[in-house]
Amino acid sequence: MFGEPIPRREDPRLLTGQGRYLDDLGRGALAAAFVRSPHAHARIEGIDVDAALDVDGLVAIYTHEDLPPGVGDPLPLLIPHPALTHGRTARPLARDVVRHVGEPVAMVVARDRYLAEDAAERIRVDYEVLPAVVGIENAAAAERLVHEDVPGNVGAHLVQEVGDAPAAVAAAPHRLEFRLDIERSASMPLEGRGVYARWDPDEGSLRVYSSTQTSTGVRMALAARLGLPKTKVEVIAPDVGGGFGVKVVHPWPEEVLVPWAARLLGREVKWTEDRREHFVGAAHERGQVQRVRVGFDDAGRILGLDVTILHDHGAYTPYGIIVPIVTSTQLPGPYKPGAYRVEFTSLYTNTVIVTPYRGAGRPQGVFCMERTMDKIAAHLGLDRAEVRAANFIRPEEFPYDQGLTFQDGRPLIYDSGDYPRMLEMIKELIGWDGFAEEREAARREGRRIGIGLGCYVEGTGVGPYEGGHVEIDSTGRVHVATGLTSQGQGHQTVFAQIAAAELGVPIEDVTVATGDTRRFGYAVGTFASRAAVMSGNAIALACRRVRDKALRIAGEALEADPRDLEITDGVVHVRGDPTAAIPLRTVAVLANPLRYAFDEEARRATQFAVGGSPDEPPVPAGEEPGLEGRDYYSPVRSTFASGMHAAVVETDPETAEIRILRYAVVHDCGRMINPRIVEGQIHGGVAQGVGGALYERMVYDESGQLLNASFMDFLMPYATEVPRIRTGHLETPSPLNPLGIKGAGEAGVIPVSAVIASAVEDAEGIRIDAMPLSPDGLFRLRRRAAVDPALRVERLPA
Amino acid sequence: MKPPPFDYRAPRTLEEALEDLAEGGKVLAGGQSLIPLLNMRLAAPERLIDINGVASLDALEVTAAGVRAGALARHAAVERSAEAAAVQPLLRQALRHVAHPVIRNRGTVVGSLAHADPAAELPAVLALLDGHVEAASASGRRTVAAADFFTGPLESALRPEELATAAFFPALPPRTGTAFAELARRHGDYALVGAAALVTLDDDLRVRAARAAYLGVADTPVVLDLTGPAVQGQEGRPPGAVDWSAAAAHAVARVNPGGDIHAGADYRRHLVGVLTGRALAEAARNAPPGGT
Repeated sequence: MFGEPIPRREDPRLLTGQGRYLDDLGRGALAAAFVRSPHAHARIEGIDVDAALDVDGLVAIYTHEDLPPGVGDPLPLLIPHPALTHGRTARPLARDVVRHVGEPVAMVVARDRYLAEDAAERIRVDYEVLPAVVGIENAAAAERLVHEDVPGNVGAHLVQEVGDAPAAVAAAPHRLEFRLDIERSASMPLEGRGVYARWDPDEGSLRVYSSTQTSTGVRMALAARLGLPKTKVEVIAPDVGGGFGVKVVHPWPEEVLVPWAARLLGREVKWTEDRREHFVGAAHERGQVQRVRVGFDDAGRILGLDVTILHDHGAYTPYGIIVPIVTSTQLPGPYKPGAYRVEFTSLYTNTVIVTPYRGAGRPQGVFCMERTMDKIAAHLGLDRAEVRAANFIRPEEFPYDQGLTFQDGRPLIYDSGDYPRMLEMIKELIGWDGFAEEREAARREGRRIGIGLGCYVEGTGVGPYEGGHVEIDSTGRVHVATGLTSQGQGHQTVFAQIAAAELGVPIEDVTVATGDTRRFGYAVGTFASRAAVMSGNAIALACRRVRDKALRIAGEALEADPRDLEITDGVVHVRGDPTAAIPLRTVAVLANPLRYAFDEEARRATQFAVGGSPDEPPVPAGEEPGLEGRDYYSPVRSTFASGMHAAVVETDPETAEIRILRYAVVHDCGRMINPRIVEGQIHGGVAQGVGGALYERMVYDESGQLLNASFMDFLMPYATEVPRIRTGHLETPSPLNPLGIKGAGEAGVIPVSAVIASAVEDAEGIRIDAMPLSPDGLFRLRRRAAVDPALRVERLPA
Repeated sequence: MKPPPFDYRAPRTLEEALEDLAEGGKVLAGGQSLIPLLNMRLAAPERLIDINGVASLDALEVTAAGVRAGALARHAAVERSAEAAAVQPLLRQALRHVAHPVIRNRGTVVGSLAHADPAAELPAVLALLDGHVEAASASGRRTVAAADFFTGPLESALRPEELATAAFFPALPPRTGTAFAELARRHGDYALVGAAALVTLDDDLRVRAARAAYLGVADTPVVLDLTGPAVQGQEGRPPGAVDWSAAAAHAVARVNPGGDIHAGADYRRHLVGVLTGRALAEAARNAPPGGT
């Protein structure tokens, strides 16, 4: 069962509209709507709600002044870091200054969303408009400040060094220096954020449903904010229509305010984010400017790499500086960069906050490293694949210590991988060797085609821990629970596969619960490609506990040594003797000594039915009743997956349109639980990567207005824009966890911009140093390159 | 993303619809542009007059003279009509570029014309073919020629109390071919630039006339007669061998597109040349030698 490409068990339900998403809940709940700042930077002079008061169906309007201490205070800075010297977070409702378009200023609660929006529209907020800081370089120039008390707009500054990179670059036989630009994009899940809260006045308890990637995180944050004991707060993530990172931020302003209002009003309250709100009120990612200095030898081996990054983190830093840390530390990829120095400055701008989006800083780092590899190859006239191979960490060098500190505060030590083998596989899949002839043949027909390559290493499965609970009931059904959430990954399938394989039960008997604090209270969340590694291993360990217990009880019942027992199809039997057998459902009955017989099965567990010594307690010391077990998995550090992508693109000589003709992926996430789901993750990731490479950007004007805050103008690729993907799998098991697995969730998106840039550069012979690249962008590059030889690239071999 | 309050009327006859409209309001047909505008509160009409229940308006009449699409004729119905395609092939050629199938299932041809988006396909088609729009109000009916109908971006010659009841697309003249070419960022998006072309051959099967209409380059569709540069210096060439570059250059010199976040003005102007060449060449290939 483990390793089989079975279809996703959740699909029939989700694909036939049976999903239960946030907005499907709470039909009778009051609706919340928010008045949001129309200005990027402004001082609130006054808020006049009078005109809204006669909207029929209005229940309440709240501004910052209405919020008690705790609720109205600045939101938590979730991930502090010593380098984040000037971390700032927003209040749930702005008090005096708003710092981006979309920042919440007032909350309206009404009978339904229509009326709430009618009332919100009538609330007048007087603003004194302040000058806005927009764009990374404007932020760095710091002629204006986002926060008065943050000099230079610098939230964080961090240097990591391995060796003396500037000296190594200066001493190298060859040197290059260049600048790279990556624009903003965003997670943009199909379902936006949303929260629905019910207060039970008799119990004094709160139940909150949130479209979140961390229900346990929301629970603890709400308990702290609202002054409730944790036991009086339940948080449930229902079906979640995608997260991609944005929903791991918590608590969002709305996530605090809606439950607070539900308790205050004694009514159910719900807020469902709309798309416009998601564009301006959630989070973005990616935007960076990088300056690279690299020194290398005649074979293309990097001797020194010195990278300076300007990172735009938007108006606030609730999620700390995870993104630029990940960029800095994952930039070296599968290579040994010689001496390495990376410095980032994380800057405030009057724009939406920046928090991890699938890939979480890696696409930028990989873009940097892979552009560097291509430039070295062009400079030396070498095959781009050869230059990469010359820099690879060799298979015999694992574990390999990059000498850096990763996002979990632990040393960046790669556990396993086989990069040379992977390179051979990707070259084969895409048709690397011989492409020069293919390109030439196309050229003779007046067509321009090019090939590109990109490699990455991804730290997955960050701690601190996840847990699993497994219970086999007296019908033989297996109930698996883990605290982290699901937002479409296929956890119902893969966790069930793990449990079925570990316990020896049919997968049909296994159900999986996720993201429900009533079922499992201790968890971190689903992000950083960690669910399979963390909860997968925790569930396996919990299953092994249950299995041990089942064999012990069955051994007593069968008068056999548990070591001679095995479980097949839900039946425990003596190895080699199928007649000496007892079903797990009966073992479950025996595991729970009963006084009362409520059915025939239970009768077998009552006090006059069970045997055993009259001198021993029915539940032996150290045992618990029930056939269930709980365990946790807490890794010493992350496990490192890897992959290589390659593409063949065609550019239209006239219109400058860019079309992906072929796309290939080789991926190594250790042992695969379900290759079909791994492949699905890769496909989805590549689709988002194509978005980042060719389509998606957040277009802010100089006053901080987002000009393309709709799906009409923010261009995510349709199915028609996503190429067919050929996938090859390599499995180098992780030595760090019992199942030998590594994460796969983010992988697909990571190298796509680098690969497309590489391929377009090859097709056009023009330097591609900024992404995304539109037809208009390529058209302008062609015009500039026609008069500026520095923008042209020598035709690369292969 | 919820619309502000509005009155809703659902007339069952054209007369009722026109009476409702006389009181003021916005017509709801396919709703593919209006509903998003309402939800984003960019439009706040006091009254919506939903004409989807007016049975007489969904007619698609095809005669030797041309194609007449009633106010409720959906894009998909016109696109799929073999009769309409036989009389005026440009309709189907252009409609394939209108958004996505689900939008074409609901959106209407007349609605698209009345919306008068300068980046939409159908206004350029109507303009190139010298078609017209039939308008009715409680006080009478009139016909507005395409050249007079489009008055600005999202502005037409329709009066507030008028309903566009039909649009007429004249049939193709003999020995004439059409083509439609556009470039959009994604499949089904509004075009950055589009060109509809019409090429007529003479008795010797040489190019006699060439015209093109453009979308996305001005506030309203731009129609250019390119016969001169298409014919000059090409004497004796069969339509398949004509060099269209002079016509393309002529078009480029006569448009003045603006830029936006998806494409700059220079690129759009460049595309006018590329698409002119491609559309004219294809239109010439499509011109039947023996007449229609």
